[in-house]
Amino acid sequence: MTTALFEGARSTIAPRSRLRSLRGGLQGSEYAWAIAFCIPYVAVFIAFVVFPVLFGLWLGHSPSLYVQLFNDPIYQTTVVNTILYLVIGVNLKMFLALLLSGFFMRKGWWVKGLLMIYVLPWAVPALPTFISIHWMLNTQWGLINNVLWTVSGIDGPGWLDTSRWLALGSVIVTYIWKNMPFWTVILLAGRMAIPQELYEAAGVDGATGIKRFVHVSFPLLANLYLVCTLLSTIFTLGDFNTVYFITGGGPALSTHVLATLGIRDAFELANPQLGVAAVLSALPLMIPLVMTLMHKLRTSEVQL
Amino acid sequence: MSVLTVGRQASATAAARPNYRARAMWKEGLCMLLGLVLVVWTLAPIYNMVMVALEAHNDVFTDAIWPPDPSLHSFWVVFTQGYWYLEYFWHQYENSVYIGFWTVFLTLGIGSMVSYSIGRMRIRHGWLLTNAALLTYLVPASFLAIPFYRMMQSYGLGNNVWSIIAVEVTFATPYAIFIFQQYGRSIPFELDEAARIDGASPIQVYFRIYLPLMAPALVAVGTYALLLAWNEYLYQFLLLSDKRSMTVPVALAQFLNSDESPWNYMMATAIVYAIPPVIVYYLFRGRMTAGLTMGGVKG
Repeated sequence: MTTALFEGARSTIAPRSRLRSLRGGLQGSEYAWAIAFCIPYVAVFIAFVVFPVLFGLWLGHSPSLYVQLFNDPIYQTTVVNTILYLVIGVNLKMFLALLLSGFFMRKGWWVKGLLMIYVLPWAVPALPTFISIHWMLNTQWGLINNVLWTVSGIDGPGWLDTSRWLALGSVIVTYIWKNMPFWTVILLAGRMAIPQELYEAAGVDGATGIKRFVHVSFPLLANLYLVCTLLSTIFTLGDFNTVYFITGGGPALSTHVLATLGIRDAFELANPQLGVAAVLSALPLMIPLVMTLMHKLRTSEVQL
Repeated sequence: MSVLTVGRQASATAAARPNYRARAMWKEGLCMLLGLVLVVWTLAPIYNMVMVALEAHNDVFTDAIWPPDPSLHSFWVVFTQGYWYLEYFWHQYENSVYIGFWTVFLTLGIGSMVSYSIGRMRIRHGWLLTNAALLTYLVPASFLAIPFYRMMQSYGLGNNVWSIIAVEVTFATPYAIFIFQQYGRSIPFELDEAARIDGASPIQVYFRIYLPLMAPALVAVGTYALLLAWNEYLYQFLLLSDKRSMTVPVALAQFLNSDESPWNYMMATAIVYAIPPVIVYYLFRGRMTAGLTMGGVKG
């Protein structure tokens, strides 16, 4: 409203002032400084975002690449894996994070201490822990099968090298292990922002436990939860490390996702065009997600 | 007021019930059980890392679930670079630190400058830059890896740590811009104006007023940038192939491909690599969490 008023006022004043308004009300040398302060970022953006994006689009522009891609059975498996990874991994993780954020609202010294330990997977760099989990899942000497053997005398399955579903399951569990703490902390902050009076009022009206969650906490968290889920979906779509280090795409190339398949096609098969095409084929999913998020992040109060 | 008294009465009647205490303890017990499950779940991979690092090479290939004969030998081997795979360990560590340092420095510099221009000097069309940053934040880094690799090769920056610094800065700056703009709103404009009237130039206001007052946000973003650079693997793997220019994660992942992987040395290397970010994280945990949830939900 106020900006509209200002615009109106500006159009009626002298030309010199109009020049000022074009520069956002800054005078000569100040305007130069303001521009100068933007130059490094603009340079980085053009050189390392705009240029690679255009170059990528150019590399993957040929339709024949997509024909080749869609006829490839490995690509078809990969698409199914990517969808499963996104739908199960992201939603299971977000839902568990939502529940656990409620748990961490409890008072008491040990809950605070537990939270310190619980965020460790997020604080520790990804690669060391992924390598550790890779070794834990080793059929013969891994910790998981060793524990199974010691406790119950069962020979554990070959987690990573026998079945596609076990391997994909391992990837999803690792993904949840690594990323759940971060989103729990975000949702915990969202819960903390809910005024306590609302809960007291709800308590008077007889809402406790599940009812309180459904009618008070969740409606207030819903927007944050949605934004987090969308954001996490995009981040997960680009996740390379988890699949690469847990299964490496195996057994028999059955657990690749688009991010790892693109790199494999480009570097192992030395076909960068095909790799770019594999990545670009995620655009029909990416574009609506990015548009929704840009809109949501700009208009709503939720900010990450 | 009446709400409070009703609430008190309700809790008073609940306390009067005989089984109330038993129920509360039962609930607390369940929560402790859940807590225990969470601790095991969280620490299992970390326990495995420590356990394997403390084992001798032959003990790794047994079905033991704790080290039969724990020793710090593996760490000694890592520290003294006493294994052919670890020949350049300290050099590679230095590369990781170098990348981390410059990523933090440049992210803070570039991010705070552009935020100052958009948020404080209110440059026209500043929203375009904000949107560009938002868009970058939403593009997965791994999706740009292939064109980026080709581009860096043609620039002659293959095997150069500066190509990695460029990537990390590119993907850390958008986040910096959000946080700085959000946080900047809490600094009163009167301060800038007063300084201008006293004859300070924009660059003086930036250094003397803006940056000192932004210190908490700088810490939050700096921690984020450091963890981002320390966590990143794909670009470092693609762009650094020479043993001397490589970073620790790339060298570590190379172990995986060898047949008789020395798992105890790998895990010792992994632990030595993981410790600095964990320390930094716990030092600045409060600030970082505040930064990540800045704005929060104003419900």
